[in-house]
Amino acid sequence: MSLTLFSRGMALFLACLLAVPLAAQQSLPPAPYAYRQLEDPAKEAAAQALMETLRCLTCQSQSIADSDAAMAGDMRHQVRTRIAAGEEPEAIRAWLVERYGDYVSYAPVVSETTWPLFALPLLLLAGAGAILWRRLRRAR
Amino acid sequence: MRWWWWIPLMLFAGFVGVAAYQLTQPKDDFVPSAMVGKPLPAFELPAAIEGMSGVSTADFQDGKPRLLNIWASWCLPCIAEAPQLDQLKQEGVEIVGIAIRDRPEDVAAFLARHGNPYTWIGADDLSQVQLAIGSSGVPETFVIDGKGVIRYQHIGDIRAEHVPILLEKLREAGE
Repeated sequence: MSLTLFSRGMALFLACLLAVPLAAQQSLPPAPYAYRQLEDPAKEAAAQALMETLRCLTCQSQSIADSDAAMAGDMRHQVRTRIAAGEEPEAIRAWLVERYGDYVSYAPVVSETTWPLFALPLLLLAGAGAILWRRLRRAR
Repeated sequence: MRWWWWIPLMLFAGFVGVAAYQLTQPKDDFVPSAMVGKPLPAFELPAAIEGMSGVSTADFQDGKPRLLNIWASWCLPCIAEAPQLDQLKQEGVEIVGIAIRDRPEDVAAFLARHGNPYTWIGADDLSQVQLAIGSSGVPETFVIDGKGVIRYQHIGDIRAEHVPILLEKLREAGE
Protein backbone atom coordinates (compact mmCIF):
# COMPACT_ATOMS: atom_id res chain seq x y z
CA MET A 1 0.00 0.00 0.00
CA SER A 2 2.56 2.52 1.13
CA LEU A 3 4.86 1.37 -1.66
CA THR A 4 2.29 2.15 -4.36
CA LEU A 5 1.69 5.52 -2.71
CA PHE A 6 5.42 6.15 -2.79
CA SER A 7 5.76 5.16 -6.43
CA ARG A 8 2.77 7.31 -7.30
CA GLY A 9 4.44 10.22 -5.54
CA MET A 10 7.69 9.55 -7.36
CA ALA A 11 5.86 9.44 -10.72
CA LEU A 12 4.23 12.79 -9.96
CA PHE A 13 7.58 14.26 -8.94
CA LEU A 14 9.24 13.05 -12.15
CA ALA A 15 6.34 14.38 -14.21
CA CYS A 16 6.86 17.81 -12.63
CA LEU A 17 10.58 17.68 -13.44
CA LEU A 18 9.78 16.88 -17.06
CA ALA A 19 7.01 19.47 -17.36
CA VAL A 20 9.14 22.50 -16.41
CA PRO A 21 11.62 22.52 -19.33
CA LEU A 22 8.77 21.96 -21.79
CA ALA A 23 6.86 24.99 -20.54
CA ALA A 24 9.96 27.17 -20.80
CA GLN A 25 10.74 26.13 -24.36
CA GLN A 26 12.42 28.78 -26.49
CA SER A 27 13.25 28.54 -30.12
CA LEU A 28 16.59 30.34 -30.47
CA PRO A 29 19.92 29.29 -28.93
CA PRO A 30 21.14 31.56 -26.08
CA ALA A 31 22.90 34.85 -26.93
CA PRO A 32 26.64 34.44 -27.70
CA TYR A 33 27.83 35.91 -24.38
CA ALA A 34 25.01 34.56 -22.22
CA TYR A 35 27.10 31.59 -21.07
CA ARG A 36 30.53 32.45 -22.49
CA GLN A 37 33.06 34.38 -20.43
CA LEU A 38 35.05 37.30 -21.79
CA GLU A 39 38.61 36.44 -22.86
CA ASP A 40 40.11 39.18 -20.68
CA PRO A 41 39.92 37.93 -17.03
CA ALA A 42 39.86 41.47 -15.59
CA LYS A 43 36.91 42.44 -17.79
CA GLU A 44 35.10 39.17 -17.03
CA ALA A 45 35.55 39.86 -13.29
CA ALA A 46 34.09 43.36 -13.72
CA ALA A 47 31.16 41.94 -15.73
CA GLN A 48 30.56 39.18 -13.16
CA ALA A 49 30.56 41.69 -10.27
CA LEU A 50 28.01 43.84 -12.09
CA MET A 51 25.81 40.91 -13.12
CA GLU A 52 25.59 39.73 -9.50
CA THR A 53 23.98 43.05 -8.54
CA LEU A 54 21.44 43.26 -11.38
CA ARG A 55 17.96 41.84 -10.97
CA CYS A 56 16.57 39.30 -13.39
CA LEU A 57 13.29 40.83 -14.56
CA THR A 58 11.42 37.62 -15.31
CA CYS A 59 12.59 35.83 -12.12
CA GLN A 60 12.75 38.71 -9.71
CA SER A 61 14.41 37.15 -6.69
CA GLN A 62 17.51 36.17 -8.67
CA SER A 63 20.36 38.16 -10.11
CA ILE A 64 21.05 37.86 -13.84
CA ALA A 65 24.26 35.99 -12.93
CA ASP A 66 22.19 33.30 -11.13
CA SER A 67 19.29 32.98 -13.55
CA ASP A 68 18.82 30.62 -16.47
CA ALA A 69 15.93 32.66 -17.90
CA ALA A 70 16.45 33.55 -21.55
CA MET A 71 16.01 37.24 -20.82
CA ALA A 72 18.70 37.11 -18.10
CA GLY A 73 20.98 35.49 -20.72
CA ASP A 74 20.32 38.40 -23.08
CA MET A 75 21.08 40.84 -20.27
CA ARG A 76 24.38 39.06 -19.53
CA HIS A 77 25.23 39.26 -23.23
CA GLN A 78 24.51 42.98 -23.16
CA VAL A 79 26.62 43.53 -20.00
CA ARG A 80 29.57 41.49 -21.31
CA THR A 81 29.65 43.06 -24.79
CA ARG A 82 29.42 46.57 -23.32
CA ILE A 83 32.22 45.91 -20.84
CA ALA A 84 34.30 44.36 -23.63
CA ALA A 85 33.72 47.59 -25.59
CA GLY A 86 35.22 49.55 -22.69
CA GLU A 87 32.07 50.85 -20.98
CA GLU A 88 32.21 51.44 -17.20
CA PRO A 89 30.08 49.01 -15.11
CA GLU A 90 28.37 51.90 -13.31
CA ALA A 91 27.40 53.46 -16.67
CA ILE A 92 25.71 50.18 -17.66
CA ARG A 93 23.89 50.08 -14.31
CA ALA A 94 22.75 53.69 -14.83
CA TRP A 95 21.53 52.79 -18.34
CA LEU A 96 19.39 49.97 -16.92
CA VAL A 97 18.10 52.07 -13.99
CA GLU A 98 17.03 54.72 -16.53
CA ARG A 99 14.87 52.04 -18.15
CA TYR A 100 13.60 49.94 -15.25
CA GLY A 101 14.00 52.17 -12.19
CA ASP A 102 16.03 51.44 -9.03
CA TYR A 103 14.35 48.02 -8.77
CA VAL A 104 16.67 46.52 -11.39
CA SER A 105 19.74 47.14 -9.23
CA TYR A 106 20.52 45.26 -6.01
CA ALA A 107 23.20 47.76 -4.99
CA PRO A 108 21.78 49.90 -2.15
CA VAL A 109 21.58 53.64 -2.87
CA VAL A 110 20.94 56.49 -0.42
CA SER A 111 18.06 58.45 -1.92
CA GLU A 112 15.08 60.58 -0.87
CA THR A 113 13.07 57.48 0.02
CA THR A 114 15.81 55.21 1.42
CA TRP A 115 17.76 57.56 3.74
CA PRO A 116 15.81 56.54 6.91
CA LEU A 117 17.13 52.98 6.44
CA PHE A 118 20.66 54.32 6.77
CA ALA A 119 19.92 56.98 9.41
CA LEU A 120 17.86 54.81 11.78
CA PRO A 121 20.64 52.39 12.87
CA LEU A 122 22.92 55.35 13.59
CA LEU A 123 20.19 57.02 15.68
CA LEU A 124 19.55 53.79 17.62
CA LEU A 125 23.27 53.34 18.27
CA ALA A 126 23.54 56.93 19.49
CA GLY A 127 20.51 56.45 21.75
CA ALA A 128 21.86 53.21 23.21
CA GLY A 129 25.24 54.86 23.75
CA ALA A 130 23.64 57.79 25.59
CA ILE A 131 21.65 55.49 27.90
CA LEU A 132 24.71 53.36 28.63
CA TRP A 133 26.83 56.42 29.36
CA ARG A 134 24.24 57.78 31.82
CA ARG A 135 23.91 54.44 33.64
CA LEU A 136 27.66 53.94 33.93
CA ARG A 137 28.09 57.46 35.26
CA ARG A 138 25.34 56.90 37.84
CA ALA A 139 26.80 53.55 38.93
CA ARG A 140 30.09 55.13 39.89
CA MET B 1 6.43 49.88 35.85
CA ARG B 2 7.22 52.92 33.76
CA TRP B 3 5.05 53.45 30.69
CA TRP B 4 7.95 53.73 28.24
CA TRP B 5 9.10 50.21 28.97
CA TRP B 6 6.23 49.16 26.70
CA ILE B 7 7.61 51.01 23.68
CA PRO B 8 9.85 48.18 22.34
CA LEU B 9 6.96 45.70 22.62
CA MET B 10 4.63 48.11 20.82
CA LEU B 11 7.21 48.61 18.07
CA PHE B 12 7.57 44.83 17.71
CA ALA B 13 3.78 44.42 17.52
CA GLY B 14 3.75 47.15 14.86
CA PHE B 15 6.34 45.32 12.75
CA VAL B 16 4.42 42.03 13.08
CA GLY B 17 1.24 43.84 12.01
CA VAL B 18 2.88 45.34 8.92
CA ALA B 19 4.47 41.99 7.96
CA ALA B 20 1.16 40.12 8.44
CA TYR B 21 -0.67 42.68 6.30
CA GLN B 22 1.92 42.50 3.52
CA LEU B 23 1.73 38.69 3.49
CA THR B 24 -1.99 38.84 2.70
CA GLN B 25 -1.51 41.28 -0.20
CA PRO B 26 -1.05 39.83 -3.73
CA LYS B 27 2.50 40.26 -5.02
CA ASP B 28 2.91 42.84 -7.77
CA ASP B 29 5.30 41.24 -10.24
CA PHE B 30 5.21 43.99 -12.83
CA VAL B 31 8.26 46.13 -13.45
CA PRO B 32 6.93 49.24 -15.23
CA SER B 33 9.13 50.85 -17.83
CA ALA B 34 10.73 54.13 -16.80
CA MET B 35 10.82 55.08 -20.50
CA VAL B 36 7.15 56.16 -20.64
CA GLY B 37 7.16 59.84 -21.58
CA LYS B 38 10.54 59.58 -23.28
CA PRO B 39 11.35 59.19 -26.98
CA LEU B 40 11.95 55.72 -28.40
CA PRO B 41 15.67 54.93 -28.33
CA ALA B 42 17.36 54.69 -31.74
CA PHE B 43 17.18 51.18 -33.20
CA GLU B 44 16.91 49.36 -36.49
CA LEU B 45 15.67 45.78 -36.63
CA PRO B 46 15.65 43.43 -39.63
CA ALA B 47 12.38 41.85 -40.73
CA ALA B 48 11.23 38.86 -38.68
CA ILE B 49 9.80 37.09 -41.74
CA GLU B 50 10.32 37.28 -45.46
CA GLY B 51 7.97 39.56 -47.38
CA MET B 52 7.46 42.06 -44.54
CA SER B 53 9.70 45.00 -43.70
CA GLY B 54 11.66 45.46 -40.48
CA VAL B 55 11.27 48.27 -37.95
CA SER B 56 13.32 51.35 -37.12
CA THR B 57 12.81 54.36 -34.87
CA ALA B 58 12.26 56.63 -37.89
CA ASP B 59 9.12 54.63 -38.83
CA PHE B 60 7.40 56.04 -35.72
CA GLN B 61 8.05 59.71 -36.48
CA ASP B 62 5.58 60.31 -39.33
CA GLY B 63 2.85 61.86 -37.16
CA LYS B 64 0.67 58.76 -36.77
CA PRO B 65 0.25 57.18 -33.31
CA ARG B 66 0.87 53.43 -33.26
CA LEU B 67 0.92 50.42 -30.99
CA LEU B 68 4.26 48.70 -30.49
CA ASN B 69 3.63 45.07 -29.55
CA ILE B 70 6.46 43.07 -27.98
CA TRP B 71 5.66 39.40 -28.53
CA ALA B 72 7.01 36.00 -29.57
CA SER B 73 5.68 32.92 -31.29
CA TRP B 74 6.77 30.82 -28.27
CA CYS B 75 4.76 32.95 -25.85
CA LEU B 76 1.44 31.45 -24.76
CA PRO B 77 -0.32 34.67 -23.58
CA CYS B 78 0.46 36.09 -27.05
CA ILE B 79 -2.02 33.57 -28.48
CA ALA B 80 -4.62 34.80 -25.97
CA GLU B 81 -4.21 38.43 -27.03
CA ALA B 82 -4.28 37.71 -30.81
CA PRO B 83 -8.09 38.27 -31.16
CA GLN B 84 -7.80 41.62 -29.33
CA LEU B 85 -4.95 42.75 -31.61
CA ASP B 86 -7.10 41.77 -34.57
CA GLN B 87 -10.00 43.81 -33.17
CA LEU B 88 -7.70 46.84 -32.72
CA LYS B 89 -6.58 46.45 -36.33
CA GLN B 90 -10.25 46.38 -37.43
CA GLU B 91 -10.68 49.70 -35.60
CA GLY B 92 -7.96 51.17 -37.82
CA VAL B 93 -5.06 50.96 -35.37
CA GLU B 94 -1.60 50.43 -36.83
CA ILE B 95 0.28 47.78 -34.89
CA VAL B 96 4.02 47.27 -35.15
CA GLY B 97 5.39 43.98 -33.89
CA ILE B 98 8.77 43.15 -32.40
CA ALA B 99 9.39 39.41 -32.20
CA ILE B 100 11.71 38.42 -29.35
CA ARG B 101 14.20 35.55 -29.82
CA ASP B 102 12.24 34.02 -32.67
CA ARG B 103 12.78 32.04 -35.87
CA PRO B 104 11.24 33.24 -39.19
CA GLU B 105 9.47 29.89 -39.75
CA ASP B 106 7.95 29.97 -36.23
CA VAL B 107 6.79 33.57 -36.73
CA ALA B 108 5.20 32.63 -40.07
CA ALA B 109 3.45 29.60 -38.54
CA PHE B 110 2.12 31.71 -35.64
CA LEU B 111 0.75 34.38 -38.00
CA ALA B 112 -0.82 31.78 -40.29
CA ARG B 113 -2.59 30.22 -37.33
CA HIS B 114 -3.59 33.27 -35.24
CA GLY B 115 -3.78 36.04 -37.86
CA ASN B 116 -1.41 38.87 -38.71
CA PRO B 117 -2.36 42.25 -37.21
CA TYR B 118 1.07 43.80 -37.88
CA THR B 119 2.16 46.44 -40.38
CA TRP B 120 5.83 45.66 -39.82
CA ILE B 121 7.58 43.04 -37.69
CA GLY B 122 11.16 43.45 -36.50
CA ALA B 123 13.30 40.57 -35.21
CA ASP B 124 14.94 41.26 -31.83
CA ASP B 125 17.07 38.14 -31.42
CA LEU B 126 19.10 39.40 -28.43
CA SER B 127 16.29 41.36 -26.71
CA GLN B 128 18.30 44.53 -27.34
CA VAL B 129 15.34 46.74 -28.24
CA GLN B 130 13.26 45.14 -25.51
CA LEU B 131 15.88 46.14 -22.93
CA ALA B 132 16.33 49.59 -24.49
CA ILE B 133 12.64 50.46 -24.06
CA GLY B 134 12.40 49.02 -20.54
CA SER B 135 10.15 46.07 -21.33
CA SER B 136 10.53 43.13 -18.95
CA GLY B 137 8.61 40.35 -20.66
CA VAL B 138 6.27 39.20 -23.42
CA PRO B 139 3.70 40.28 -24.31
CA GLU B 140 3.85 44.00 -23.67
CA THR B 141 2.25 46.79 -25.70
CA PHE B 142 3.40 50.40 -25.91
CA VAL B 143 1.48 53.39 -27.27
CA ILE B 144 3.86 55.51 -29.38
CA ASP B 145 2.75 58.97 -30.50
CA GLY B 146 3.40 60.52 -33.92
CA LYS B 147 6.71 62.01 -32.81
CA GLY B 148 8.06 58.66 -31.63
CA VAL B 149 7.52 59.33 -27.91
CA ILE B 150 6.44 56.41 -25.67
CA ARG B 151 3.11 57.45 -24.12
CA TYR B 152 1.76 54.36 -22.38
CA GLN B 153 2.78 50.81 -21.47
CA HIS B 154 0.47 47.83 -21.13
CA ILE B 155 2.07 44.84 -19.37
CA GLY B 156 0.78 41.33 -20.09
CA ASP B 157 -1.73 40.10 -22.66
CA ILE B 158 -4.39 42.49 -23.93
CA ARG B 159 -7.80 41.28 -22.77
CA ALA B 160 -11.17 42.50 -24.06
CA GLU B 161 -11.42 45.09 -21.25
CA HIS B 162 -8.06 46.63 -22.20
CA VAL B 163 -9.06 47.42 -25.81
CA PRO B 164 -11.03 50.62 -24.95
CA ILE B 165 -8.16 51.80 -22.70
CA LEU B 166 -5.64 51.39 -25.52
CA LEU B 167 -7.95 53.14 -28.01
CA GLU B 168 -8.33 56.04 -25.54
CA LYS B 169 -4.53 56.26 -25.03
CA LEU B 170 -4.02 56.25 -28.81
CA ARG B 171 -6.59 59.04 -29.19
CA GLU B 172 -4.77 61.07 -26.49
CA ALA B 173 -1.46 60.43 -28.25
CA GLY B 174 -2.96 61.72 -31.49
CA GLU B 175 -4.04 65.08 -30.03
